[in-house]
Amino acid sequence: MSFRYEFRLSGSGGQGLILAGKILAEAAAIYDGKNATQSQSYGPEARGGSSRSEVIVSDEEIDYPKALNIDLLLCFTQEACDKYYTDIKDNGILLVDRSYVTKTPKGKYRMYSLPITETAEAKVGKALVANIVALGIITQLTGIISRGAVEAAILSRVPKGTEELNLQAFNAGIELAQQAQS
Amino acid sequence: MRMSNRENAKLMTGNEACAEAALFAGMRFFAGYPITPSTEIAEFLARRLPQVGGTFVQMEDEIASMAAIIGASLAGVKSMTATSGPGFSLMQENIGYATMTEVPCVVVNVQRGGPSTGLPTLPSQADVMQARWGTHGDHPVIAVAPSTVRETYDWTIRAFNLSERFRTPVILLLDEIVGHVSEKIVYPARGEIEQVERERTSRDPESYLPYENTDSDIPPFAEFGAGYRYHVTGLNHDETGFPTNDPKKVDILNRRINRKIERYRSEIIAYSESSLEDADICVVAYGSSARSAHRAVLDARRSGYKAGIFQPFVLWPFPHERLSLIAQRIKNFVVPEMNLGQIAHEVSCATNRNIVRVNRVDGGLITPDEILEEIKNVSIR
Repeated sequence: MSFRYEFRLSGSGGQGLILAGKILAEAAAIYDGKNATQSQSYGPEARGGSSRSEVIVSDEEIDYPKALNIDLLLCFTQEACDKYYTDIKDNGILLVDRSYVTKTPKGKYRMYSLPITETAEAKVGKALVANIVALGIITQLTGIISRGAVEAAILSRVPKGTEELNLQAFNAGIELAQQAQS
Repeated sequence: MRMSNRENAKLMTGNEACAEAALFAGMRFFAGYPITPSTEIAEFLARRLPQVGGTFVQMEDEIASMAAIIGASLAGVKSMTATSGPGFSLMQENIGYATMTEVPCVVVNVQRGGPSTGLPTLPSQADVMQARWGTHGDHPVIAVAPSTVRETYDWTIRAFNLSERFRTPVILLLDEIVGHVSEKIVYPARGEIEQVERERTSRDPESYLPYENTDSDIPPFAEFGAGYRYHVTGLNHDETGFPTNDPKKVDILNRRINRKIERYRSEIIAYSESSLEDADICVVAYGSSARSAHRAVLDARRSGYKAGIFQPFVLWPFPHERLSLIAQRIKNFVVPEMNLGQIAHEVSCATNRNIVRVNRVDGGLITPDEILEEIKNVSIR
């Protein structure tokens, strides 16, 4: 059976989830040499409204580009968590930002409720990079995409002049996940 | 970390691949009006065209956008516009004008849910018939529908080639999934896809007939600004380009512009077939629905169902002949599409078989399971 890993990054418009998805896909496809797709679903609003970004990583050609059976679900809003947690596969991972998701549903998955936005504020001084902190956590928790690949993809995708800030955020995410795992 | 294919591989969206391929094909004039989910094409070209000596114009609307690319093409520059459903509706009048005046150009329609302003951010395939019959009058059309980022790259170049070769507008039908999905693309090798230029006239300006009835049915082109002065009109015209009501001349023109596509059908039509050799079910799918269909057929095979897939890349002209041949052996056809059965009808005409339709018009991509279920149902019957 071929290998297929599905990520869904969910929250609301403006939280940087589509960029985070593109970074994950680029890391897997270009720097780790696997196949990956990233697709998105959002409303007609520029900010606010629900937004989700899906990344599929596989060792074969990816035809259907949407998530069906989620390996990792990231939720940046309570609404997204309530809506999507039932799509997580058994033994998958539910990762939520505890600043936004206070009620966490029970299920046959590993649950991580972590201070993602708090960490972005405390360690980097900008809540804006919470999406990159989340990428660090995801990299550490899943082991699907190599750390070097994600770093390289972050550097190629974030605006010029913010590289250091974003790498700091990424490392803070890795540490946060390491603490949660120990 | 494997770095092997980093050099020639890139992660990009279908919209980016379309814009990049258009530049590769030699497109140097883009006029458009931003609309989701096509806007990234304009954004990309607004940045890149000036860097390669081309021109980008954001027009006041889609009617003007279409008019502008016709004008630029008449001056000899490969031209393109990009839009989505509502803008495509506005372009219809001038698409007919380009057909009648035989001006090569490429019109990209990144389809979204409709009718009207519908679902700006969600996919649909409901403009397939509009691409065919959106503009009035008896007219030919070429429309192509890729399903992946790499196919979008290749078919954008081919859209320009077909448009140049046949002096006709070509519609590139993407959809929100194909336009917005990011995936790995490895560029075609140099020379892998040819680049075609419209045939220029060898006559001098005095003896040039802009709409000459030649053996090929495709009149050689002379660009404005090169010393050739001629009349261009959407009215029925004779070989000189001036309007005429002469029934004989009108008949000649109307038949010729249709014949110039019809007679080259076999050169234009393109499709792929897989797992059809021993199949007793044929799934006919195009655009992003073909992605789901490929997965469904793989899953069906794993469960022992003999399914195969036929994927037309060129939707218009439609490959009736090939499907009719397939139908001599295969009785069951399943047609998934994000509309209420626009291509299913063509498949039905071509095959004379009962067609099982899988349709979604809720803004969601058809899932592989939705197609697989119908494959199983057909097999039980």
